[in-house]
Amino acid sequence: MNVFADAVAWIFSPDRLTGALPLPEAIWTHLAFTFVAVLIAAAVAIPAGWAIGHTGRGREIAVALSGAARAVPSFGLVLLLVLVLGVTHKVAASVTAFVLLAIPPILAGAYAGVEAVERRVVDGARSVGMTGRQVLFKAEVPLGLPLLIGGLRSATLQVVATVTLAGYVGNWGLGFYIVQGIQIRDFSQILGAALLIVVLAVVLDALFAILQRVVVPRGVAAGRAPDDAPARRRRRLPDPTTA
Amino acid sequence: MTWVLDNLDLIGRLTVEHLRQCVLPIVLGFLVSIPAGWLAFRFRLTRGLVLTVVGLLYTIPSLALFALLPPLLGISFLSEVNLVVALTIYAVAIMTRFVADALASVDPTVRQAALAVGYGPWRRFWQVDLPLAGPVVLAGLRVTAVSTISLATVGILIGIDNLGYLFTNGYQRQIVAEILAGVVAVVLVALVVDLLLVLTGRALMPWSRKVRA
Repeated sequence: MNVFADAVAWIFSPDRLTGALPLPEAIWTHLAFTFVAVLIAAAVAIPAGWAIGHTGRGREIAVALSGAARAVPSFGLVLLLVLVLGVTHKVAASVTAFVLLAIPPILAGAYAGVEAVERRVVDGARSVGMTGRQVLFKAEVPLGLPLLIGGLRSATLQVVATVTLAGYVGNWGLGFYIVQGIQIRDFSQILGAALLIVVLAVVLDALFAILQRVVVPRGVAAGRAPDDAPARRRRRLPDPTTA
Repeated sequence: MTWVLDNLDLIGRLTVEHLRQCVLPIVLGFLVSIPAGWLAFRFRLTRGLVLTVVGLLYTIPSLALFALLPPLLGISFLSEVNLVVALTIYAVAIMTRFVADALASVDPTVRQAALAVGYGPWRRFWQVDLPLAGPVVLAGLRVTAVSTISLATVGILIGIDNLGYLFTNGYQRQIVAEILAGVVAVVLVALVVDLLLVLTGRALMPWSRKVRA
C-alpha cells in the first residue's frame, strides 16, 4: 500500500500550494463549477418540473428526455461544446455542458416529487378551498421535496464526475491532475487527486442525504425517500416467510 | 458530413471495439447483481450494508475510479482490464438496487401461494420470484446497459481505444464533425442495445407487456 502513502504525501506536500494549479484553487474551481452549473440547471428545471407534475402535461417529453440523457456521453458533450463555442470560451462552454447534464435528473426529481403526492391529499387540499397555486406550493411542493432533493443529489454527483473529465480541456478542477498525471506518468499525483475527488463526491452525497431527511415535512412519517432516485418503493413489502 | 463518410471504417471499427468492451461489464453486472440484490431484499441487516456499499461505489467519479483500481488490483493503469472492472463496478452499483426493488415488487400473496403449494425457497426464487420480478429487472438492465455504453468513452483518457477516441482526436484536430459523430454513434449504439434488450425481454417474458425504464 506504499502507493497510497505516496498519494497522501502528494496531497499534503507544500508543493501543492504553488505551481500551475495550486490544490486549493483546484478544489475551489471544482466546487464552483459544480454549484454554478447545478444552480443554473435548477433554475430552469425546477419550475418546469413542478409545472409538469402539477398539470400532468408534457410528462412523456420529460420521461423521454431523462431516458435519452443517460445515453449521451458527458465527456463527448463537453468537448463538443468547447469546440463549437470556441476554445476561447472554454469556461462558458464547459458550464453549458454541465448544465445540460444536470437538467434531466433535477427535472425528473421535481415532477416525480409532485406526481408522487397522493391523489387524496391533492383532493383534500382542493376541498378546503385552496387554489391551484396554493395546492402546488402548500401541498405538492413540500411533500415532493425529498424527491426533488434526490434529483439535485444525482445532478450534483453527475456534474462532479463530469467536471473531473473537464480537466482535459482546461487547468481547473481536480481532474486536471489526473489528466496531467497520465501524461507525465506521475502515479502519486493521479492517485492523490483521485482520492480527493472521491472524498469530495462522498461528502457532497452525504450532505444531500442529510438534507433529504431534513426537508421531510413534520408529521409526514412515510414521506422519507431513502435513496437518490425518484419513485422508489418507500417500504419493503413484508416477506411471507418471515411473517 | 464528409469527415464521417471518409472515416466510416474507423467509426465502424471503434464501434465494434466499444461494444466488445461493454458486453462483459453488462453481463457481469447482471450476474453479480442478482445475488447482491437478493441479499439487499431478503435480510434487513444485509440490506443496509449492500445498499450503502453500492451507493458509495456509484458516487465515485469514473476518472477517479480508473486511477484507484490499478494499485488495488495490481494491474497496469493503461490496461483494458482497468476499464472493464470499473464499468462492471458501476453496472453492479446501478443494477443491484433495481434487483432489490424488483424482488420487493412481487405480490406477497403470490409468494405465499407458492409456499402453500410446496415450493422450497430455492425453487420459489427461480420459478416464482425472479420471473415476476423480471420486468423491473429488465428496466434496470436497460438503464445499466445504456449508462455503461455511454461511460465507456471515458476509457480513452486512460488510453483505451473505443468511440471515445473520436472525442479526444476530434478535439485535438479541431474537427467538430468527428466529436459529433462520436456522440451520435454512442447514442445509437445505446439505443440499439436498449431495443435488443426490450425485444429479448418480450420474447422471454410474454407474461409482461408493459415495461417502463
